[in-house]
Amino acid sequence: MLKGLNIAFKDLKIESRAREIFISMVVFSLLVLIIFSIAFSNLLSSASKTATVASGVLWICFIFAGTLGLNRTFATEVQNGCMDALKMCPIPRNSIYLSKVIFVFLLMLLVEIITIPMFSVLFNYQFTAIIWVGIVILLGSFGFVVVGCLISALVIRARAGEMLLPVLLLPLSLPVIIPAVSATSGLLRGEDIFSLMSYIRLLVVYDFVFFAVSMLVFEYVVED
Amino acid sequence: MMLVVALGAIFFYLPVMKDSAGNVLDPSFNIFYFHMPIAIVAYLAFFVVFVSSILYLRENDSKWDMVSLSAAEVGVIFAFLVLATGSIWAKDIWGWYWVWEPRLTTSLVLFLVYVGYLMLRTALDDPLKRARLSAVFGIVAFVSVPLSFLSIRIWRSAHPLMFGGSLYGQDGGGLEGSSLLLVLLLNMLAFVMLFISLTSFKFQNEKLGRELEMAKGR
Repeated sequence: MLKGLNIAFKDLKIESRAREIFISMVVFSLLVLIIFSIAFSNLLSSASKTATVASGVLWICFIFAGTLGLNRTFATEVQNGCMDALKMCPIPRNSIYLSKVIFVFLLMLLVEIITIPMFSVLFNYQFTAIIWVGIVILLGSFGFVVVGCLISALVIRARAGEMLLPVLLLPLSLPVIIPAVSATSGLLRGEDIFSLMSYIRLLVVYDFVFFAVSMLVFEYVVED
Repeated sequence: MMLVVALGAIFFYLPVMKDSAGNVLDPSFNIFYFHMPIAIVAYLAFFVVFVSSILYLRENDSKWDMVSLSAAEVGVIFAFLVLATGSIWAKDIWGWYWVWEPRLTTSLVLFLVYVGYLMLRTALDDPLKRARLSAVFGIVAFVSVPLSFLSIRIWRSAHPLMFGGSLYGQDGGGLEGSSLLLVLLLNMLAFVMLFISLTSFKFQNEKLGRELEMAKGR
């Protein structure tokens, strides 16, 4: 666990100097927002209409940006044989996976922290129940990253891996994305959090299940 | 031997259509006798992929890899047939081929996940690596199966629920009369047989293919 944190810290240090992944994620996410804002420009006058599209737009931004980030996480390790060096370290293989989850999760959070106010500005929208929305977004992003890091490690060895990643990842992470999007849109429409508990429960369960399964099988992905 | 089973399946399956014609429901409901067994078989196939993937990772025996591949291919075809038969019925009853509601969405996702599984296999060249990585994917992919199965029980859904109660108190439609149930069970048996025979055909095929590769390599 602690060793995973060490590796994640190393990744963050590299990223804080080069900032290549983070910048492209943020810019991409904002571009998607701008395109939607142009496309939906005639909806922007009414807050209730904006509320119905908000959760879809936000999650598309997060997921696309997240996929972009996931594409690069293991790619940087494969260059110059860094992965072999990591595997030689006297640490459980899981902690490599854990470190990547922490790293991408933090990146996604940063992107989300920038995207949400920008959404507010571009769509002229006032968020309600921001704490609950935040919690749902946290849970959803975590589940997405958990699946994403595993698939990212998997496809890095395949031909045309970067093209394969979204094709495999999007359907697989849907058990997390569906409840996250539904809960977010419910909250933004002003529904009570307790009426959305079934989504939250599903989200938490799938977060745990995906995380546990990925921790168990990751060893086999990097073995060779 | 396998042929006998497959033929048996067809013989089982033919008189069934006549049997079930005279029920009180709309005749298009007859498709249910294909639809549900096919759906169950698709779940079964993906369960086989799941189990044999685990066994492959445990025992490192390429036999299990071949089982996963065979079951996944048959499963994808069955998953597609579920969507197709469901859509035909939906066009007749609901008026649309497709509506976005939980059961349909999750079934589509299930199909796409396993199409992804087959795509992953074609993208990996080294046989050992392919076997190992696709086994990992096969295990993770199975996580989406229960969601599809339970979706009509978890969420309010337009998809009919035949057996068992849902969380929302919508009762199962239920089947009147034991003859209909018998027909359903017969179809179920026939489709399971069909699945087993198709999978083992594919398995034999794959095995022969690999032996050929080995012989060529020598």
